[in-house]
Amino acid sequence: MSAKTLLDKLWDDHVVADLGNNFSLLHIDRHLIHDLGGPRGLRETEKAGRRVRNPDLSFAFPDHSVPSTPGRALDGGTYASDLRVQVSRAGIKLFDLGQPGQGIVHVTGPELGITLPGVTLVCGDSHTCTHGGMGALAFGIGWNELCHVLATQTLVQQRPKRLRVTFDGVPAQGIQAKDFILYLIGQIGAAAGTGYAVEYAGSAIRALPVEGRLTMCNLSIELGAKAGMVAPDDVTYEYLADRPYAPKGAMWDRALAHWRTLHSDAGTTFDREVHIDVAKIRPQITWGTSPQDVIGVDEMVPDPDTVSDPGRRNAMRAALTYMGLEPGKPIEGTPVDWVFIGSCTNSRLSDLQSAAAVAKGRKVAPGVKAWVVPGSENVKRAAEAEGLDRVFLDAGFEWREASCSLCVGANGEMVSPGQRSVSTSNRNFVGRQGPGARTHLASPAMAAAAALSGAIADLRKLGN
Amino acid sequence: MAVEKFTVMTSVAAPLLRQNIDTDVIIRVERLVALPPDQLGPYAFESLRFRADGTEDPDFVLNKPDYREAGIILAGDNFGCGSSREHAVWALWGRGVRAVIAPSFGDIFFSNCFQNGMLPIALPIETIREIADEVEASPGNARVTIDLPKSEIISPTGRRIPFSMDPTRQTQLLAGLDEIGITLLREPEIAAFQARDRNNRPWIYQP
Ligand code: SF4
Repeated sequence: MSAKTLLDKLWDDHVVADLGNNFSLLHIDRHLIHDLGGPRGLRETEKAGRRVRNPDLSFAFPDHSVPSTPGRALDGGTYASDLRVQVSRAGIKLFDLGQPGQGIVHVTGPELGITLPGVTLVCGDSHTCTHGGMGALAFGIGWNELCHVLATQTLVQQRPKRLRVTFDGVPAQGIQAKDFILYLIGQIGAAAGTGYAVEYAGSAIRALPVEGRLTMCNLSIELGAKAGMVAPDDVTYEYLADRPYAPKGAMWDRALAHWRTLHSDAGTTFDREVHIDVAKIRPQITWGTSPQDVIGVDEMVPDPDTVSDPGRRNAMRAALTYMGLEPGKPIEGTPVDWVFIGSCTNSRLSDLQSAAAVAKGRKVAPGVKAWVVPGSENVKRAAEAEGLDRVFLDAGFEWREASCSLCVGANGEMVSPGQRSVSTSNRNFVGRQGPGARTHLASPAMAAAAALSGAIADLRKLGN
Repeated sequence: MAVEKFTVMTSVAAPLLRQNIDTDVIIRVERLVALPPDQLGPYAFESLRFRADGTEDPDFVLNKPDYREAGIILAGDNFGCGSSREHAVWALWGRGVRAVIAPSFGDIFFSNCFQNGMLPIALPIETIREIADEVEASPGNARVTIDLPKSEIISPTGRRIPFSMDPTRQTQLLAGLDEIGITLLREPEIAAFQARDRNNRPWIYQP
């Protein structure tokens, strides 16, 4: 057998039919459904006289539209109610509000063991690439494609090109997976991954726990890539063992034998290779309205006049105006109004632990609204069992219920116009956190540091 | 789930050569939550079209009288990046946009276009700038034609610019194909795949 990349192994395992021109009909092993696109997809499928082909391979979660208000009503509003009705008609398993398992799809899939190495996994949400952190081929789809999966359990897909990013070296204290990936996007640009699936490799990736790998893969879409993936290894298997939906006993052993074959073979070639020395990475913070607009926290806001490409220059100018920042000035010390620790990027237990370690025994600066929104009901319960909720509440953070919350503004939770937010989410787009809201992306530790300082702060200067 | 066919179109083309126009900017999330897909047109590019005080920004290209009715958008790199919301395509469609020409596209947006009869064309930025220059030389009069069967664009001055398009996607647009209907015809192959796969990877089917 010839040497293959991880992408090709995953792809070839799922080809139902070769459609020519590099297109395949791919089998979809796992379909995650959320409250925004799911209910309508299910309704239209039924209207079109089509049945949901494999309801047992789909799993539904209310997350986008539900409020994160502490002690929220379990009804969850129109979209959640509609989801409840539609999935029960189709016979799809729902993890409802108040139940263990509810949460942001990209947090719950891996947490429940629904996401497994080697599966194809899709969801009508662009951050589905997150699940590649478990060694899955996972990507976001549109609404018509979602209906296609419901009706056929397959998708028509064109095989992406192969990009490998190798992260080597040892990171400095306080540098997190979020910094790795923001730094990469800053280095190669938000469109660099277009048409590619990215494999993250190298010693620094092997050293990351699964949750860090999920954070890295989460931002693959912000690189423009279709999918991001990390080959599964013992770290993955240890994380997965005993998760509710992971295989058990003899079935686990069979699965494990297969998973151990899932890696890029020596001697395989990639269409593009990038190398990153993680020792060079400083705590990252975005200054503009694309994730590629990112600098080290100790750097200056860049000057569009120094850029020769007119398209880039225009984009930078528009971004600086929107963000209310001046070129050439330090970004550190810029006052902030909001801090959001949450989203499918950084709302897992380890994220909350790292933010809590910074917040412990300190106080949120006056005038700053700081929210911690766990990514799932299970994360919330686990954090409370460790007393993290107390650490945050004592410091003056709000401790909220699992939801997409301030990441997207689909649930009425928004940053006010003109206000500045440091957020652990993945998109600093114009208006993403609310019309006119100014978003700076950073790691959970950096977000906590900003909350305490009342300004964009270098967490390395906070001391312990 | 019928899809409108795309063959030849002639229209005003609006130059919007900014990079990384994301789908959040094309259609805000509050709108897609509140409105049915066929009522999103008036809200396309809302965050660029209106200023903070709610008035129209006269400098934004789609607010200029010459470009209000544009059926083609000339865009910068990475158009439609970000969220998978197919509402971005529906909002553009609702405004009368039928084609976008950009150096590169967000992957999911690109796929979503074909599901809805919208044509995304990738061309080098220099070529797009040349078309934009011709458009801006006679705004109000300039028209751009896109001929999908011939895979060419006719610029306002009559230059013929070829573009390449994946044959599978081209056929899909020309015929207005409903992909789901076509795949359903392959049910025996899907069933055969699953039967084989249940032997090879049984754990997939026993969640
Ligand atoms: S947390 Fe944000 S990015 Fe993640 S799924 Fe929810 S809305 Fe999308």
